[in-house]
Amino acid sequence: MADLTRLSALDLAQGMAAGDYSSTEVTRAHLDRIAAVDERLNAFITVTADTALATAADVDRRRAAGEELPPLAGVPVTHKDLISTSGIPTTAGSRMLADFVPPYDATVYRKTQAAHMPLLGKTNLDEFAMGSTTEHSAFGRTLNPWDPARVPGGSSGGAAASVAAYEAPLSVGTDTGGSVRQPAAFTGTVGVKPTYGSVSRYGVIAMTSSMDQVGPVARTVADAAALHGVLAGHDRFDSTSLPEAVPDFTAAARAGAAAGLAGKRLGVIKQLQGEGWEPGVLAAFRAALDAAEAQGAEIVEVDLPALSYALDAYYLIMPSEVSSNLARYDGMRYGLRAEPESGTVTAETVMAATRAAGFGAEVKRRIILGTYALSAGYYDAYYGSAQKVRTLVQRDFARAFEAADALVSPTAPTTAYEFGAESADDPMALYLGDIATIPANLAGIPGMSLPAGLADGLPVGFQLLAPAREDARLYEVGAGLETALASAGAGPVLASAPEL
Amino acid sequence: MPEQSAITSEEVAHLAQLARIAMDDEELAALAGDLNHILGNVARVAEVATDDVPATSHPIALRNVMRPDTVGETLTAEQALSNAPADDEGKFLVPQILGEE
Repeated sequence: MADLTRLSALDLAQGMAAGDYSSTEVTRAHLDRIAAVDERLNAFITVTADTALATAADVDRRRAAGEELPPLAGVPVTHKDLISTSGIPTTAGSRMLADFVPPYDATVYRKTQAAHMPLLGKTNLDEFAMGSTTEHSAFGRTLNPWDPARVPGGSSGGAAASVAAYEAPLSVGTDTGGSVRQPAAFTGTVGVKPTYGSVSRYGVIAMTSSMDQVGPVARTVADAAALHGVLAGHDRFDSTSLPEAVPDFTAAARAGAAAGLAGKRLGVIKQLQGEGWEPGVLAAFRAALDAAEAQGAEIVEVDLPALSYALDAYYLIMPSEVSSNLARYDGMRYGLRAEPESGTVTAETVMAATRAAGFGAEVKRRIILGTYALSAGYYDAYYGSAQKVRTLVQRDFARAFEAADALVSPTAPTTAYEFGAESADDPMALYLGDIATIPANLAGIPGMSLPAGLADGLPVGFQLLAPAREDARLYEVGAGLETALASAGAGPVLASAPEL
Repeated sequence: MPEQSAITSEEVAHLAQLARIAMDDEELAALAGDLNHILGNVARVAEVATDDVPATSHPIALRNVMRPDTVGETLTAEQALSNAPADDEGKFLVPQILGEE
């Protein structure tokens, strides 16, 4: 039998429906792969073999009984360890929640369960999703399958690495400032941040509530579309959930792959290139534009001057909301409780000792920065001004989408860098890596990163942005671009990845 | 713009107290440096945040989100207490909150 871990999710679904192999065989193949490589890679915080095999056995039994099953039934999936799974530890990559076992399911986990998708495990992340490298996890760093000396990106680094390393065909991550798209770019996978509010966040541990969004990671555009279709939809448990019906993303991907890019206007964002961007990244991006043009796309340049302030606004809004959201970790109702080493033991000293022991340095830095930005006398200048920049960014996007069907840029200014290369001495240098992904979160619009060739042997991410509620357009254009890149010899990128 | 005087370790100590995070002097000094550096970079948002620009709190705002007032599923007391560091008689047990009795 062919190596089942190398097949796409949609091929696996088709093979199971045709009776070529069972979900138990597919699930075992992935668990074996995890057992073989994850001790080194560390993409998983928790592997849930029993849960996965139980779901797989159930799918096989139902299929044998002739039951009609949803499209991805039997295809294994992983969830970022920020997503609550009842009875299964959910740590947020933090000492604070090292022993936390949720008493309820996040809606997105409930949905993959309802779709009969075996849960392989919970993937590693930067603590509370704060970081771009997956180094800030209390459970050790995840390595990039392309080069163990390099970061897999973050914060959904475990999700992206698990898919790139064939440990899982599909993975569910979260993206607040690029945390699905940037690791997808660094690992040669496809990652999508849906429209704000279009995927439920109920049961997803909150970081920045006005920007957090759950999204799929996959090896192909069509696979991402299929998982996105499972995840999306209104949820009465999430008050920011949009009421609109979910479009057929898989159909959009199929249409895009068939129709190509003829007549599609791609708007190259003027502000997301030039100085500070690696030449190899820009070369691969340009080559991808040429491949798109050769397939009939029209390339235009769009000017979004407010993007010059987007990073600054993000690094005020995000810590402000972090400081508020993480106030709940007080050692009283769940999570770690630590007592002060000396002095009186009161609720207040226990809270301070708990938060000192439970949070890592980056989380503390953001909480303190947010506490400052929200404090009396500074609120208007910092948080207030940042929210106004958000309006300007939205206006720029609205104008740009009049000239283009999708906006495009490299997903990140660099390819995956080496561990420790961006030193903790300069947090701003690391924050700059999010420059291309953050604007979509500020504006609430959907974005996709898909692999577009290599630079010095490492994958380069190509970002597509669409207007709010037009997520289907990402799949249409993305699948067209994926096809164009394959005909130009620049894909599939993962075929060039070294064996682990 | 607020005046850009450097944030001191004492001010960080106050912020840490507000945020309920115990910190030693070394951490406070390091954070003061980080905060000055980060705020020095991001304070330029005020340049374009003029009075005529409205603030956006949520990118896609919904108004008056309501649901029918019906009885639904909730966690049991046992489930709600299942992760409590300490509990007693169906309640969270917490350290002393007020001063000495």
